[in-house]
Amino acid sequence: MAEQPLLSVENLTVQFRGDAGWVNAVEGVDFAVGAGECLGIVGESGSGKSVSALSILKLHSPANTRYASGAIRYGDRDLLTLPQRRLRQVRGGEIAMIFQDPMSSLNPVLTIADQIMEPLRQHQGLSVQAARRKAIELLDMVRISDASRRIDDYPHRLSGGMRQRVMIAIAVACRPRLLIADEPTTALDVTIQSQILELLRELQREIGMSVILITHDLGVVAEFAQRVVVMYAGRVVETASVPALFERPMHPYTEGLIRAVPNLDEDVHRLTTIPGSIPDPSMSITGCRFSPRCREAVQSCLEKPPSLVDAGAGHLARCPPRIAAGGIS
Amino acid sequence: MFRAITVRLMQSIPVLLLVAVLSFILMHLLPGDPAVVIAGADATPAAVERIRRELGLDQPIWQQLLSWFLNLAQGKFGSSLVLNQTVLSAVAERLPVTLSLAALSLAITLPLGITLGILAAYFRSSWIDAGVMMIALIGVSVPSFWIAILSVILFSVTLGWVPSSGYAPLLTAGPGPWFASLIQPAMVLSLFQIGFLARMTRSAMLDVLDQDFIRTARAKGVSEWRTVGKHGFRNALVAVVTVGGIILSLLIGGSVVVEQVFALPGIGRLVVQGIMARDYPLIQGTMLLFGFAFVLINVAVDIIYTLVDPRVRYD
Repeated sequence: MAEQPLLSVENLTVQFRGDAGWVNAVEGVDFAVGAGECLGIVGESGSGKSVSALSILKLHSPANTRYASGAIRYGDRDLLTLPQRRLRQVRGGEIAMIFQDPMSSLNPVLTIADQIMEPLRQHQGLSVQAARRKAIELLDMVRISDASRRIDDYPHRLSGGMRQRVMIAIAVACRPRLLIADEPTTALDVTIQSQILELLRELQREIGMSVILITHDLGVVAEFAQRVVVMYAGRVVETASVPALFERPMHPYTEGLIRAVPNLDEDVHRLTTIPGSIPDPSMSITGCRFSPRCREAVQSCLEKPPSLVDAGAGHLARCPPRIAAGGIS
Repeated sequence: MFRAITVRLMQSIPVLLLVAVLSFILMHLLPGDPAVVIAGADATPAAVERIRRELGLDQPIWQQLLSWFLNLAQGKFGSSLVLNQTVLSAVAERLPVTLSLAALSLAITLPLGITLGILAAYFRSSWIDAGVMMIALIGVSVPSFWIAILSVILFSVTLGWVPSSGYAPLLTAGPGPWFASLIQPAMVLSLFQIGFLARMTRSAMLDVLDQDFIRTARAKGVSEWRTVGKHGFRNALVAVVTVGGIILSLLIGGSVVVEQVFALPGIGRLVVQGIMARDYPLIQGTMLLFGFAFVLINVAVDIIYTLVDPRVRYD
């Protein structure tokens, strides 16, 4: 990415209120997405990928959340310090978001029409009639058949896949410059998953928007994204272009994730896993956060937190022993 | 929909029969004798016995109950033993008082209770939340007779703004005096209900505000006001309607204490008078009418559910 990125997250630290004070949910996170690019963010549950994504539009509950450090640069603005009114113009207008669970993300007591027309009227000031016409077009665009009749339905009459299509229609209504998709296919079954991803890809091309795709599925990333950020325990542990990451994973955690994807060409009797689980955010670990689960951990890994180092060609990893050894073990 | 309402009303018939039988049995379990009350303290036993026979109270209880039901089947609620008027006319005379008080009280309760509940939920764990919950706690805990007496001392005796007691009918006395005679009891009555409604609205809103679709609304760039009012409150409305129905039921039954303190000739006072005098037909009749009113309110609440939540359907 030579030119200026569309959006860049810099040194973001988000804290949640816990029983014993504020706890870092993500710490010092950096990533950037270029215009028209698709960035994948991967990690297991609790890695902080969704927390980072929700922070971009400041969608965390303000009472229990603190943005302790960092900036979210979007053009010449910092979304973290933007006044509420101007942030609202960005939300849904320039940056839109879809969520993991389409079953609960739509308002059950409002019609589909109401919910799609809302951003159109809010950001583009369309009249009710014009917004309705546009909403029907959008439903057509996300391939909901019989759109002019479906539009007056309530969400409970739609299947999960259809609801996610409606969510996508709402998100792309104002032709955003960036779409943040937080595990958009996790709650859907496999055949629907690929349809939704295909739809997202088409819309991305058509609108020319950037996409940040949050997922725990490396297969989805390989198919969809150009660059990847791998997160672990609230930190970025590796970031690289998709081919580089799959060919030459630098961090042992990334490598574990790639190995854990079952290969269809081989007879697999036991799925490969990474032993252990992600540490609790309130637990203090002096050294590398992955070291308790890492087979290659050496003394220095336990002593001081590793920094993210460039291993060349924009491939960054937070594993000094590996980088010193030249990458692949 | 129409079928569902008809079915609900039919289902209420056994409930109403049960209400009638139970109130009949309860009244006869109480010690005391209407004949003695009517005859007066100095009456001879023979006179009391004669009155008892005239009223049919010498018959076995099951026969009294049966004849009451037979009359009811012909639409006759009977006459009061002590008031010298029929049960229906006694109720009709006092109903406007109770309905006026109920309407005014509801008009105070609904906007205040709902607003306070929403504010408390939105600003949860802040001083606003704590303040609202404190008011609500006082409202539901402080006995209404005490508040009523304090209120009379302040607003009627010291300030002289409103009369301390009595009722001015809307049609004969005009809206001004009518309002003046009811505003104080209505406010005293509302204190409890505002507390009750605010607490229920708050808990319903707390549930709703944590839902994913609220986050969706914010992600669309919708204002906080619309997010809470349209996306949030519309979903909490089912709970609010339920509580509204309960409050209305309580109000229709008449507030015994508040009507007593402010000397309002409403239904609540009528029932108390009836119980004091062992006026069996009056108590039976009013109980049955109350039962019917509760059934109607509940059916109305059920119908409102379908308007408020598209997922609710009766068919």
